[in-house]
Amino acid sequence: MMMLLPLLFGAVIAVLAGLWRSAAAQVVAVITTASALVASVIGLVTVVADGPISYELGGWPPPIGIEYVLDPLSAYLAVIIALIGLLVTIYPVEAAFDLRPRKGVPLYPLVLLLLTGLMGVVLSGDLFHLFVFLEIYAISTYGLVSLGGDRGVFAALRYLLLGTIGSGLYLLGVGFLYFSTGTLNMADMATQLPAIADSPTVLGAMALIVIGLALKMALFPLHVWLPDAHSYSPPGVAALLAAVQVKAGAYGLIRILFDVFGPAYTGEGLPVSVALTYFGLAGIVVGSVLAIRQTDIKRMLAYSTVAQLGYIGVGIGLATPLALVGALLHVLNHAVMKSGLFLVAGGIIQRTGLKSIPRFSGLGMRMPLTMTGFAIMGLSMAGVPPTAGFFSKFYLVWGAIELGNWLVAIVVVSSSLLTVVYFLRLFERIFVAEPTEELVADATEPSPRVVGTVAVLAASVLAIGLFNVVIVREILMPIAERMLG
Amino acid sequence: MMELLLDRYIYVLVLVLLAIGLYGVLVKGDLVKKVIGLTIFSTAIYLFFIEGSLQEGGTAPVLMPDPENPGEFLNDPLLYVDPLPHLLILTAIVVGVGVVGVALALLVRLYRTHGTLDEAVIADRLAGKAPDIPAADERRDAFDVEDAGDGDA
Repeated sequence: MMMLLPLLFGAVIAVLAGLWRSAAAQVVAVITTASALVASVIGLVTVVADGPISYELGGWPPPIGIEYVLDPLSAYLAVIIALIGLLVTIYPVEAAFDLRPRKGVPLYPLVLLLLTGLMGVVLSGDLFHLFVFLEIYAISTYGLVSLGGDRGVFAALRYLLLGTIGSGLYLLGVGFLYFSTGTLNMADMATQLPAIADSPTVLGAMALIVIGLALKMALFPLHVWLPDAHSYSPPGVAALLAAVQVKAGAYGLIRILFDVFGPAYTGEGLPVSVALTYFGLAGIVVGSVLAIRQTDIKRMLAYSTVAQLGYIGVGIGLATPLALVGALLHVLNHAVMKSGLFLVAGGIIQRTGLKSIPRFSGLGMRMPLTMTGFAIMGLSMAGVPPTAGFFSKFYLVWGAIELGNWLVAIVVVSSSLLTVVYFLRLFERIFVAEPTEELVADATEPSPRVVGTVAVLAASVLAIGLFNVVIVREILMPIAERMLG
Repeated sequence: MMELLLDRYIYVLVLVLLAIGLYGVLVKGDLVKKVIGLTIFSTAIYLFFIEGSLQEGGTAPVLMPDPENPGEFLNDPLLYVDPLPHLLILTAIVVGVGVVGVALALLVRLYRTHGTLDEAVIADRLAGKAPDIPAADERRDAFDVEDAGDGDA
């Protein structure tokens, strides 16, 4: 609760501040996201040491009233959300949104509302409350995507149609569950579901919820809205969407499948885990192949998000502690890497206005610092060892081998090669080729704030890679073992 | 079979409405019709919740005094309609209104730039297949229009 409040109040204050001075809104946004980050780090440390914290909204005790629960899993995601939110709000406004907002245009309030929604999704202990927060963040996303000009508006409308169907299916599934158990509280429902785990209503609810959230998470083949929404929205928005927004769907799947359904999910009733695994694999391959074919840098990054979400889907589908650790670590890694890559793309667009990869020749000489950060994150995407991206894939492959599922292991390993292909092509352009465009020859390093945010993200990619054992042992392994215990 | 159908006719109705809504969103070419389809789809879900809360012979969920024991209340749940789904659906309706509001604001933007709401025509134009692509700078002119819907979340 103490993490949700600053963001919500921040959103309100930022509207007022934006009416006064447009720069003031950004200051408010930075302060609120920073305090949310501090609160969620404190929260994470506390819950890892002392166990979950629960807050009763309005003073009604849990099964009846709405409950906020902060357990290690939600605290872990809250830290990621607040961290990426802080970096995106620090990032200069012209580069992040590709425009200079007029006075009173609620840019930062929308960003804060998006973060509030995401925070609410990870904190909520109530299935219907989760739906409300899903819609809060979705509505602010539609507004933010539509900032990306004419194509952005069209992409936002298409995303709105599919996103609303996704949350509608989720709501329908929650309705099935409510009418068969008479409760909406996740913990309460988890105690009642095992007795009726095989009933068609519960299985139908599981199917509806999984489809709805997979649509929100853009898991292949429900990813059709993602490439347009992510490539036509402004770079800062794309960074937020790819880094944390789609992860809310992934969180919902993990929380509901493992914590609420538990035995019904891992049991025999419906082949949900098999479906998630193989659709995840298909997403990895299709996303990577389509990313190779793109020439627009943001579109390439958007298709690569489809592929990376496939890894998370595979981790959820395999449903072993190691694979789940891989998926959760990949949520963090992908958040850091992909937001970094989009922010670098924003820096390039701000300085040169270029989006097309063939025209990037020679940028490495002109923007050495930014491009080094880009290279680190690209290597991490491809899964080169000491970077973060290697370790999440490592845990996934390990989990797959443990199960004897060689197909998964082979696809995950060989898909790294596909990732290498599309990043090597970029690196060759950027670092080896001579500048051909005047725009590039005149380009300089983007502003210090751009370089600073990219440097923080690149450093955290390396730090997560080097210290992943600590993260896994202290936070992720206990989560995975408790969920699958 | 027939009795089951008559007994559960409301579920059949919900399913039919869901199907009509999905058909509208996925198949219709006109963007306004898509939004209408979306509304039908969500209305079907609301209907499902309301039907589920129905209690044959039940009354409004206010505790009634027990006529036999003065000072006691009738606490048999079968006497009352389940109030929670109504509450949930009120919330969902508000959320739905917000979403439709944003959708309509986006439609206004699209119509102002393109003069049409045919999805295929707009998609062709954005892909550069049709000759009359509107000027790229128009976004800044139309910028203050699109935020009409952000206050309703």
